[in-house]
Amino acid sequence: MAAQGRHGGRKSNKMTALVVDDNIVNRAIHLRLLDNLSIENEAVGNGKEAVDIHCSGKTFDLILMDMDMPIMNGIEATRKLREMGIRSMIAGVSTRSMEQDVREFIEAGLDDYQEKPLTMSKLISIIHKINGNG
Amino acid sequence: MDVVNQLQRQFIDNSASLHREGFLDDQFTQLQKLQDENSPDFVVEVASLFFEDCEKLINNMSRALEQQQGVDFKQVDASVHQLKGSSSSIGAVRVKNICVAFRSFCEAQNREGCLRCLQQVTHEYSLLKNKLQTLFRLEKQILAAGGSIPGVE
Repeated sequence: MAAQGRHGGRKSNKMTALVVDDNIVNRAIHLRLLDNLSIENEAVGNGKEAVDIHCSGKTFDLILMDMDMPIMNGIEATRKLREMGIRSMIAGVSTRSMEQDVREFIEAGLDDYQEKPLTMSKLISIIHKINGNG
Repeated sequence: MDVVNQLQRQFIDNSASLHREGFLDDQFTQLQKLQDENSPDFVVEVASLFFEDCEKLINNMSRALEQQQGVDFKQVDASVHQLKGSSSSIGAVRVKNICVAFRSFCEAQNREGCLRCLQQVTHEYSLLKNKLQTLFRLEKQILAAGGSIPGVE
């Protein structure tokens, strides 16, 4: 799937992903998972930074969105990105398991939801959905 | 039994004990599988981030619970939630399980319960850190002796 590269305006055949998580441990693990699949990646620390990076013109094939974050949480960020017309695959990744919490997150505009911890098999299942839609 | 074999045996025993005693679960094994020649220090790096994160969060919880004017349990809970997330992601199951109980005490605004959990989480974190640092030291010794790290099952 062709996508805008990390440096903006440059088409690349490599899949690109944005990790949105305020936790440094989770960010490191998610980035490593993406590296292992040769997916170009960047990370930001909250929902507002995710929105800002899109306002700067960057887009990604996949966004791994945490739910609980300071400044702007994953639900608000997902809603905002969809309002902006962002059609990237957004996969919610959270420790929340309560149906009501997850439903609100999904209804904000997620394409998929995986409970943390994110593993390689969960990430592959998310990517298969992108390729299935591509 | 030569030095490398001895060290490898110690590594396997330490690793097995960490899992058997419930310090780590399969998530840690998943992280070990992510380590390769492109990222040979990945597990040590993630563990270091976890230690750094734990210490920061434990300090935050401690300061919040010391407030005589009134404990902000939401603030404590926010730190516990973060710690639960990190510990789950690295496979630190004992730390994670204490966080589950800790969150219940935060929700109940039970300061004594929170203080007990803080003590437990500090203790479990220290134990885990020591054991992981021993494991990582063994890894270094094996590599320095020209051996390879026993495979992750």
